[in-house]
Amino acid sequence: MTLNWRNIGLFVGIGVLFFLEGIWDWKIGSDASEQFTIFAGSWNSMLVIVNLCLISSIMSLGVNMQWGYAGLFNTGIVGFVALGGLAPVLISSPQVPEIWVGGGIYRLVAGLALGVAVIAAAVALYGRTTGRTRALSMIALLVGGFFLYRAVLDPAVTFIESNNPATYGNVGGLGLPTLLSWPVGALFAAVAAWVIGKTALGLRSDYLAIATLGIGEIIIAVMKNEDWLDRGVKNVIGIPRPWPVPREIELQASSGFQEWVASMGWDPVTTSTILVKLLYGSLFLTVLLVLLWACEMALKSPWGRMMRAIRDNETAARAMGKDVTKRHLQIFILGSAICGLAGAMLITLDSQLTPGSFTPLRYTFTIWLMVIVGGSGNNWGAILGSFLIWFLWIKVDPWGNALMYTLTQGMEDGSTLKDYLIESAAQMRTISMGLILLFVLRFAPKGLIPEK
Amino acid sequence: MDFLNALVAFLNFVFIPATAYGAQLALGALGATLIYGILRFSNFAHGDTMAFGTAIVILGTWWLQSHGISFGPLPTALLALPFGIAVTAVLVLATDRMVYRYYRRVRAKPVIIVIASMGVMFVMSGITRFVIGVEEIKFSDGVKFIIDPNAFKAATGLSEGLALRGTQLITVVTAAIVVAALFWFLNKTRTGKSMRAFSDNEDLALLSGINPERVVQITWIIASGLAVIAGTLYGLDKTYKAFNYFSLLLPIFAAAVVGGLGNPLGAIAGGFLVAYSEVGVTYAWKKVATYLLPESLAPDGLMQIISTEYKFSVSFAILILVLLFKPTGIFKGKSV
Repeated sequence: MTLNWRNIGLFVGIGVLFFLEGIWDWKIGSDASEQFTIFAGSWNSMLVIVNLCLISSIMSLGVNMQWGYAGLFNTGIVGFVALGGLAPVLISSPQVPEIWVGGGIYRLVAGLALGVAVIAAAVALYGRTTGRTRALSMIALLVGGFFLYRAVLDPAVTFIESNNPATYGNVGGLGLPTLLSWPVGALFAAVAAWVIGKTALGLRSDYLAIATLGIGEIIIAVMKNEDWLDRGVKNVIGIPRPWPVPREIELQASSGFQEWVASMGWDPVTTSTILVKLLYGSLFLTVLLVLLWACEMALKSPWGRMMRAIRDNETAARAMGKDVTKRHLQIFILGSAICGLAGAMLITLDSQLTPGSFTPLRYTFTIWLMVIVGGSGNNWGAILGSFLIWFLWIKVDPWGNALMYTLTQGMEDGSTLKDYLIESAAQMRTISMGLILLFVLRFAPKGLIPEK
Repeated sequence: MDFLNALVAFLNFVFIPATAYGAQLALGALGATLIYGILRFSNFAHGDTMAFGTAIVILGTWWLQSHGISFGPLPTALLALPFGIAVTAVLVLATDRMVYRYYRRVRAKPVIIVIASMGVMFVMSGITRFVIGVEEIKFSDGVKFIIDPNAFKAATGLSEGLALRGTQLITVVTAAIVVAALFWFLNKTRTGKSMRAFSDNEDLALLSGINPERVVQITWIIASGLAVIAGTLYGLDKTYKAFNYFSLLLPIFAAAVVGGLGNPLGAIAGGFLVAYSEVGVTYAWKKVATYLLPESLAPDGLMQIISTEYKFSVSFAILILVLLFKPTGIFKGKSV
C-alpha cells in the first residue's frame, strides 16, 4: 500500500466509525420497546465488532491470496472456515475417557484409515491398469472397500454416539492447549484444499467455482449430521479459552483485579468483560500482523511476482516455464489454510461450535465482498474492506429498522403498509450487501485501495 | 407376487419421484446451459431467479384463488405461470441492462461476470424474501392423486401401494412440452438458429449480421421462462421455500456440466442422470430387497448407501467424476 493521504484517510474514517460506536449512545424511537440503535455507545459492543473484524481480516487475507494474487475463484470459503472450526473441538475439548476403549475410538480411527486406504488404493490402481481390467478391478475394490469400511466404522459410531448423548455422544477432544488447535485448523483446511485443488484446478475457472461451492456445502452437511464427530446440530459448547484469556467470573473473583478496579473507580463487571475482549483482540491482532507481514513479504518476493505474472497472463507465464497448475495448487492450499486458521480462531472466540450457523451468505459471500471492496490483490485493502463490511453487516439491520421506523412515523398504527415496511427491514442486509458488490464491481473495480 | 411388489415399491419410491425431480432439474439446467452458451458465464443467480419467479407465480395463484378462479383438476399455479414468467423476464432483462451489459461491452473476463451474478443473486434473494417472506408455502391445489395408493392396493391385491401424485404427472408432461417447444424453436425458427449460430461462433455470427443484443435478450427471456417453470414445478411437487432454491444450484450446475455446458440436449440427460443417482443412492433399498431375496438372505440394515442429508454430495461426486474423466461432458459441450 502506498502511504498517501487518501489511504490514511480511509483507515481514519473507519476508526472514527468504531470510535462513535464506542462513545456515542444514539438511539431512535420513543419508548424502550421501540428503540433502534444507530450507535450503541458501548465499548463492549464495539469490541465485539472489532474482534470479528480481526478474524474476518484474516479470512480476507486468505481469500485475497487466492483471488488477488492468483485469480482463483473459491466459492467454498464457508467449508474451509467450518473445517478449521472443527479443530478446537477435536484438539482442545476435554477428553471423554469412556470411549478410549477397543470398540470406541481405536476402531473409529481404524475405520477412517481403512476408508482413506481404499481411496488411495483405487487411485494407485487406476494408474496401473487399463481397459476392462481397470473397470472391473476398480468396481470390485470400491464396492468391497465401501462395505468393509462401513462394517468397521458403523459399530464404533454407534458406540460413541450412545455414550451419554445428552452431554457427549461424540469423540470429544484431546484436552490439548487451545492455541495449538489454531494451526491444526489450518492443517485441516489445507488437506481439504489439496484434495479439491488436485481435481478442480487446471480446469476452467468456473469449474473451480462450481466445485468449491459443492465442497463447501458437503463439509457443512458432514458437520451437521455426523454426531460422533461434533454432535451435529446439538452443538458443542464449553470449548476452553486460549492461554492468556481468563473467564470473566474468575477475573471478578480475583483480589488483585478487585483492588485495581476499585482504585480506578470502574465497574468490575464491565471492566472484566472489556478486558477479556481486549485480550482476545490482542491475540487476534498478533496473528493478523504476523500474517500481514508474511503476505507483504511474499508479495514482494520473486514468488509474489511470479504469482501475479501467472494471474495476469497464464499463457505467457507457462511459456516462461512456470508450472501454472502447481503454483495454483500451492496458493489454493495456502489461502484455504488461512481461512481454516480463522475458523479455528472464530470457534475459540465463541467457545462453541454451532454447525448450523455456517451459511454461505455469511462466510463465503461476505468475505468476497470484503476483498473486492477493499481492493483485490492488496492486503491492506482486504483488511480495510473487512472492517468496513463487517461494521456495515452488523449495523445495516438496526439502521434499516430505524429508517423504516422514521419513514412510517406519520402512518396510522396497524395499517398493513406500515407493518409490511417494518417487517421487510429484515431483508435490508442481503439487498444492501448485493448492491454494494454490484456498485463496487461496476464503478470501482479496483476497490477502495487499488493494487499498485 | 413378490416380484411385482418389489417392482411397485421401486416405481413408487424411486422411479416416479426421481423422474419428476429429474424433469425439474433438466429444466433448470437447460436455463443455466443456455445462458452459458450465449453469454458465456455460469449464472449463480439462476437458483434465485427460480425462487423469485415462483414467488410471483404464488402471488398470482393467490390472486386467482381469491377471485374464485381455478383450473379444474390442474393446479391454479399453471394459470399464473405466464404472469410469473412475464414479471421475471422483465426483472431479468432490467438486470441485464443494468449489470451484465456493461461487462459485455468491456469484454470482462467470465469470472468477473460470475462475481457480478453473485451480487445479483444477493439482491434477487433479498427481493424474493421482501415479496413473499421466508416461510414455507404450500400452493398446490387440484387433483392430489392420479393413482391412489390405497385404491391401487385394493384393485391389484398387492401389499405395496403405488402412488402417482398429480403434481408429478404435471411436472413430467409440462417438462416434455416445454422441451419440445424449445427444441422446435432452436432448430426451426430464424431466431433460434441465430441463437445457435451465436453460441457456436460469436465472431462468425456477428459477421453474418446477427444482432448480438437481440440474441442476448431472447436468451434471457427463454432462460427466465425455463427457470420460472422449473421453480414452480419444484414448488408444486414439494413446498416453496426461498432458500431451497439456492441449494438447487449445485445439482443444476452438475446436470449442466455433466451434459456438457452449452449443450441443451446434454442438460436434459444430465438432469435425469443426477436425479436418478441422487434418489437411487439415498433410498433405503431394504424393502425392495426383502421382496426379491429369499427369507434367509433378508438384509438386516436399511441398505441405504448414504443418508438423505448427503444427497447433494451425489451431484458433487458426479460433477467431480465428469471433471476428472470427461471435462467437456457426456455430450460435447464447450470448454473455454
